[in-house]
Amino acid sequence: MKQQQFELENQPLWDEIESLIHDLQRKRQHRQLSKHQHLQFPHLYRKLCSHYALARSRGFSPALVDQLHTLVLRGHPLLYRFKGEWGWRTLQFVFSGFPRALRRQKIYFLIALLAFLVPGLLMGTACFLNDELIYSVMDESTVAQMEQNYDPANDRPGRSVERSSDTDFMMFGFYIMNNIGIGFRTFASGILFGIGSLFFLLFNGLVIGGVAGHLSRLGYHDTFWPFVSGHGSFELTAIVICGAAGLMLGHALLAPRQQTRLQALKTRALEALPLVMGAALMLLFAAFIEAFWSSSSVAIATKYSVAAILWLVVVLYLVLMGRNDGSG
Amino acid sequence: MERIPDSPLDTLRQYEIPEGVTLHLRVAGPVVRACAWAIDALIRTLIYLGLAILLGYLGELGLGVMLIGFFLIEWFYPVVFELHNGATPGKRAMGILVIQENGTPVTPAASVIRNLLRSVDFLPFLYGIGLVSMLSNRSFQRLGDLTAGTLVVYRDQNIERMEPTTSTALKPPMDLSEEEQLVILNFAERRETLSEERRQELAELLFPQTGLQGGAAEQALYRYANWILKGR
Repeated sequence: MKQQQFELENQPLWDEIESLIHDLQRKRQHRQLSKHQHLQFPHLYRKLCSHYALARSRGFSPALVDQLHTLVLRGHPLLYRFKGEWGWRTLQFVFSGFPRALRRQKIYFLIALLAFLVPGLLMGTACFLNDELIYSVMDESTVAQMEQNYDPANDRPGRSVERSSDTDFMMFGFYIMNNIGIGFRTFASGILFGIGSLFFLLFNGLVIGGVAGHLSRLGYHDTFWPFVSGHGSFELTAIVICGAAGLMLGHALLAPRQQTRLQALKTRALEALPLVMGAALMLLFAAFIEAFWSSSSVAIATKYSVAAILWLVVVLYLVLMGRNDGSG
Repeated sequence: MERIPDSPLDTLRQYEIPEGVTLHLRVAGPVVRACAWAIDALIRTLIYLGLAILLGYLGELGLGVMLIGFFLIEWFYPVVFELHNGATPGKRAMGILVIQENGTPVTPAASVIRNLLRSVDFLPFLYGIGLVSMLSNRSFQRLGDLTAGTLVVYRDQNIERMEPTTSTALKPPMDLSEEEQLVILNFAERRETLSEERRQELAELLFPQTGLQGGAAEQALYRYANWILKGR
């Protein structure tokens, strides 16, 4: 068959496919298409593909081949596109997907936990015993500011200024931007062979441990611990989870096993992503507690009780949630 | 992604789809992507300014909203647009978009991954790591693209088909290989993009054995082209 005959015979079909693709690409027209037209699309698309293959193999003119290729290219994403039910998927993720994904990566979580906890405890103890050590991880003005914030003499637990609800909301925004940003960076930097994530875990461990030890040494227990113990449950756990996700990236690059490094990285990144997203949600919740609960001036005993409940919730949530949905 | 055998140094990537045909994707290089990023950076700055001016009146409450806005824009501005139509406004303006390596639209997971890793690609400053990564693989992928399995490619453009010439068909005097036939067809279809002198020069070079010169050589090629298209 010569090209001209081929074109004459099939042009109506190509026009039909093109107008269908055009409609499918646009939201409004998309909704007006009949069910029949939707069902027709895969069939037409496969015909188009075979015409494209024919045109290529028979050496028809490049312009015709290009024209058909463009149609194939435009149709491909329409046939293979992702369709999501966002609401349901989010709920399912929170109540089952995230804890299950985390439990599958226990090892990474434990390593990340150690990388955070060990320097934290060591630095905490050291700063509790030694007055100078805190200055090795923080500069003087930051330490002074921090001491002032938690000084019981200020008689305002948590923050140095009496806070209005507007201030609470401002701090909510700040915690979201700062903490979730740190979480994301802790994960992303794992691609540098895991070094970035390890650094963030170690560094945060040192600073947080150092601050806790230093303030306890000064005798600020009653202002510092009630403030941090509540939101710490979600916040610290989430940072460790982000670190674990980052370590997965690093491990894929260092020990790809049977795959190429690139393949291993892609697979592991998809497995790590639920951890990061879940941790981001935890950090969001932590920011909420930190801004509106931790700063409030409730009795210390109440704060400690709530903190205990929150820690219990975190542990039970991560250990038990979604346990009965299939294996794992 | 399979390699093109004996491929010339170009930016065409191939992917075979389930229908058994091959998609050709033209990947976008660092320069066009930097331009797209610059446009996006400008748009983001304008949004920041707008937010700051609007919410400035609301005191600390406004500041809180603004910080949340900053956070969302910093991390999710590209994700929202990529999931909506494959490209941020900047990429759209430059005629490029993000897709999966297999030619399908970018998935939510891939989009989030590539944009979280942006923070590493950006290091040590202005996409230093990203640039090194893009220059060291065949598809100009930064670390985020490699990890998410995404490509940044040029949008498909509608090709204008040129009408065949009106000249009568003429059987070429020699047997032509398939490749030679394609060359002639391509020449006939692209004629309006070339100057007259260039057309004649090319026509003379193409088949020196016919001995035809100038306009005659060019017209002969059109007639061969018509013969290939239509037959006698």
